[in-house]
Amino acid sequence: MNINIKFFAAAKEVAGKEEMQFSLPSSSTASSLLDLLVEQFPGLQEWKQYVRVAVNQEYVSLDYALNENDEVAIIPPVSGG
Amino acid sequence: MIEIVSEKIDITKILQSVEDNSAGGIDMFIGTTRDNSKGKSVLRLEYEAYIPMALKKMNEIAGEAKTRWNIKKISLVHRIGKVEIGEASIVIAVSSPHRKEAFEACRYAIDTLKKIVPIWKKEFFEDGEVWVDAREEKILS
Repeated sequence: MNINIKFFAAAKEVAGKEEMQFSLPSSSTASSLLDLLVEQFPGLQEWKQYVRVAVNQEYVSLDYALNENDEVAIIPPVSGG
Repeated sequence: MIEIVSEKIDITKILQSVEDNSAGGIDMFIGTTRDNSKGKSVLRLEYEAYIPMALKKMNEIAGEAKTRWNIKKISLVHRIGKVEIGEASIVIAVSSPHRKEAFEACRYAIDTLKKIVPIWKKEFFEDGEVWVDAREEKILS
């Protein structure tokens, strides 16, 4: 399946891009996506334990099952205010 | 009024947005940008947002505040992009019949925004730049 990934802040700088299309095996989870992203962008390793994943603009847990065309955002620790 | 803006925040407009004849008071929190961080001079700041999700979360915070406290109106406005030192980056205003609710709801709104709204602050120093990690700020504060 294909999903759309958005990177923000530190994750965007590590990935070197704001967004990308990504192909995943069906039945992939947010956790397995993070593993694949770290393979592609090794710099994400140090962020992996801190980032949150949002799917279609809602935070999800790491065992969340992704679906075709999901908008998946990689959210480093936030610092608004 | 729930907005993310890239220009200077119009504080008077936000104040007017929560005015209500049945309210006995308005509480306003204005977050401004500091010229220092962990002992280093900060030259300027930039904010980035995942705008649609940030607006969604800000709306949820406003809704939750209205559920928990007897308030009349609440506005949250966050600025993104380049922000000069000393300028407002976040303004929250709450009107309520009695002051206690306005203070509590306003405090809840800023504390929750800092935890869940996908907005990031980058500090620029003379010798580099860093994305601020609010978890570290929490440890230091």
